[in-house]
Amino acid sequence: MTTRTLTAAHPASARLAALFAGVLGLGIIVLAGHVQAAALHDAAHDVRHATGFPCH
Amino acid sequence: MTPLTMCVMQLASPATSKMFTRILTSALIAGAAAGFAAAVLQLLFLQPVLLHAELYEAGELVHFAGASNPAAHPPIGFDPLRDSLSVVFSMLVYAGYGLILVALMSLAEEKGAIIDSRHGLLWGLAGFVTVQLAPGFSLAPEVPGVAAADVSARQIWWFATVIATGLAVWLIAFGSSWIVWGAAVILLVAPHVIGAPEPEVFTGPVPTELGALYAARVFGVGMAAWALCGLFAGGLWASSEEASQ
Repeated sequence: MTTRTLTAAHPASARLAALFAGVLGLGIIVLAGHVQAAALHDAAHDVRHATGFPCH
Repeated sequence: MTPLTMCVMQLASPATSKMFTRILTSALIAGAAAGFAAAVLQLLFLQPVLLHAELYEAGELVHFAGASNPAAHPPIGFDPLRDSLSVVFSMLVYAGYGLILVALMSLAEEKGAIIDSRHGLLWGLAGFVTVQLAPGFSLAPEVPGVAAADVSARQIWWFATVIATGLAVWLIAFGSSWIVWGAAVILLVAPHVIGAPEPEVFTGPVPTELGALYAARVFGVGMAAWALCGLFAGGLWASSEEASQ
């Protein structure tokens, strides 16, 4: 129950934590899945095709 | 005090950092595990089709060149460096998805939604619909060597479709009126009515049989990996709450 009370008392903290995690996740997706730099593209090539990302 | 300083101080506060640690732990473990499963499925079911298609892409095999089109797959070769990179990047991609998924789960829980492994499975399937099925409905998963439009245009359409679909899925799950659900349907359909960027001419050298098999398997592998990601994320999130009590 402690966590619920804490969360309810600080909704702004919870949202900020969620926002920070979301931005971090998006950054990873963009780097691993979308950036067209040659080294990244070549290394991630098969995974980009296998996850349906637009690739080359 | 500047807004940035306030934001950093808020981020460093015990309540925020505790919440962030909880999101990070659940998301990274669930994402890495799902990504590893996805990589194993990829190497077993997708890589042989991809390698076969690359022979056509490179011109070593030619479609419609005569009667000599071998339908059988070439022997499956595991390339240690190439395949380990696939494992690493697959785990990274799903860790990224996991972070976004768990962040959204935490917001939903704050609004009263139940998050556990059973609900997590539904969240995972919703994630699959959002980032794979919906964009793939108009921008079919490509095997190397198929004709495609400019990559930047496709990426912009991909992100726009994922955002619209994600919003629609959220509205369907948590909305409570027909107006909201109606808006969700419009968001779901709009990207496909507008249409994805298409190549000017279909000149891909890869046989349609390989392209279709690859696209179908991408959806199968994606659905399995996302179901696992949601299941693990929901379960880990629920158990981390129990642990912190």
